[in-house]
Amino acid sequence: MEMNALDVLNAMKKGEKSPTKTNEPEKNIPNDMASDSKYKVLIEDLAVAYNGKKAIKNINMKIPDKAVTALIGPSGCGKTTLLRTINRMHDLTKGAEVSGKIIIDGENVYDASINPILQRRKIGMVFQKPNPFPTMSIWDNVAAGLKLNGVKDKNILNEIIEDSLKMAYLWEEVKDELKKPAVALSGGQQQRLCIARALAIQPEVLLMDEPASALDPIASQKIEQTIIELKKHYTIIIVTHNMQQALRVSDRTGFMYLGDLVEYDKTEKIFKNPEKELTANYVQGRFG
Amino acid sequence: MSRDLLAKKRNFHWDSVFKITATCAGAFVLLIIVLIFGQLMSDSWLIWEKEGLEFVTGDRWNPVEGREAFGALPYIAGTLVTSLIALCIAVPLSIGIAMFLSEIAPTRIREPISFIVELLAAVPSIIYGLWGLFTFRIIFKDWFESPMHDALGEHIFLFRDAPFGLDILTASVVLAIMIIPTISAVSREILLAVPAIQREAAYMLGATKWEVFRMSVLPYAKSGLIGASILGLGRAVGETMAVTMLIGNAVGPKAFPLGFFQQGNSLASIIANEFNEASPVSMYFPALIGLGLILLFVSLGINVCAHLIIRRVTNAHEGGIKGF
Repeated sequence: MEMNALDVLNAMKKGEKSPTKTNEPEKNIPNDMASDSKYKVLIEDLAVAYNGKKAIKNINMKIPDKAVTALIGPSGCGKTTLLRTINRMHDLTKGAEVSGKIIIDGENVYDASINPILQRRKIGMVFQKPNPFPTMSIWDNVAAGLKLNGVKDKNILNEIIEDSLKMAYLWEEVKDELKKPAVALSGGQQQRLCIARALAIQPEVLLMDEPASALDPIASQKIEQTIIELKKHYTIIIVTHNMQQALRVSDRTGFMYLGDLVEYDKTEKIFKNPEKELTANYVQGRFG
Repeated sequence: MSRDLLAKKRNFHWDSVFKITATCAGAFVLLIIVLIFGQLMSDSWLIWEKEGLEFVTGDRWNPVEGREAFGALPYIAGTLVTSLIALCIAVPLSIGIAMFLSEIAPTRIREPISFIVELLAAVPSIIYGLWGLFTFRIIFKDWFESPMHDALGEHIFLFRDAPFGLDILTASVVLAIMIIPTISAVSREILLAVPAIQREAAYMLGATKWEVFRMSVLPYAKSGLIGASILGLGRAVGETMAVTMLIGNAVGPKAFPLGFFQQGNSLASIIANEFNEASPVSMYFPALIGLGLILLFVSLGINVCAHLIIRRVTNAHEGGIKGF
């Protein structure tokens, strides 16, 4: 059963290069992280400008595989901008210019040979506000990405949908009402549905842009639990305003300020013993 | 600053003024519709008294005194048929224009083209009528109607009549051209109102522009687009000048629309055409006013249907842009 679904997904991915390890020299990375050899995403000299105005400047970051990396910082610091460069969402923003490299499994996402549409398929994204397709049922929402990528067999669809909903911890709540419209769910359930929708296409990286900021504390707790479970299988990058949340869910934290990555290290270190004073001031709530 | 000072400055007069003015403005709408209805009713009273419901279902039209007969059915049908044909032509084109403007057009040409679309909506209908009469109908007859008649006239009754250029189809096509700007301008606004986050949900899954439109934008905007079309239909139903110049102005049973190339007539057209000749003391005048009353009800009926359709579409799955 499980194998069937996986076979199809592997077939979906056919034609894409197999992951290759990169042997880049470690740069701009604190010593204690250099020992961690498995990086999924390498961000090199990345800068983004909107209509000539710089939003993020010269960012270098190595994001580890199967771990949660949090991006924190005050509003307007560029953390969402950074997140959206990773799946080339800025291609859709008028006036946005991206320079530098983002390397996922050895391939530069911004290489001319990369088709952004296929690229986005490999990177799941969960947005600030739950955005299920309002006219579709729960089942159709999760199936949407699969159908788009050519999976038509009902049995396989059912299997992947069940798996995805289970991974997003929504299955138990909705298994008897998959045909109900997605918007009939509560806000927190909708957000977990959006996570399931993103997981269904088997992404290699999962981007989350303040996924719990529009939710009440109980719903956001559930999202956090989901994130902690998901990191067993996925590389997760999460933007958050909530420092407690970053502390609870993430392994690495990057602190951004005015478009710069001020400090990037193990979460514990950022919160307990940061190198820079700016970071210390921010995580202790003195500004932001 | 003392607290007394703050309290004394408050003045609640303007709130009552605001309430009263707004309520009066609201009541004005109601007053207008009641007055129009009342006037149409009283001026057409004679014809309802004489013909009763047969005025709606009859198809004869004879204003000659002593042999008077009035039936509105061919014109009701003419109005509905021309408007619906126009709608069938205009809706796909308009949504295409709106799609281009909202999804595909680069910013640099988006604004100028949107401006032109809105400009077209402001062209007076007499201009469309003159263009239709002197230019379009001749080209349309030679290049479309005659070939269609030659090819299909013997097999399909809709193409049976020999084309003359002034007929149901010509009027419908020009009507379509007239309502395209309205429908596409409103549709464009509706497509642009679809939240970016809805589009991004589809983009995130690896959708192309077309797939984003199909799976995310269109379902979200559906009821709004129906609303935009109904707005166009409303305009088509009441359109008088251009239709009068192009529809052929047949009267009586032969005006009942049974073919594309047939001379027909519409409620608005027959009123405009015959009003000058109608003596206020004969049955002719009440009959024309009666047609006006029917036209009012047809428009009203279309609006009610539109609201029902939109409510049904939006109820089926909540969310999306509601109504217009």
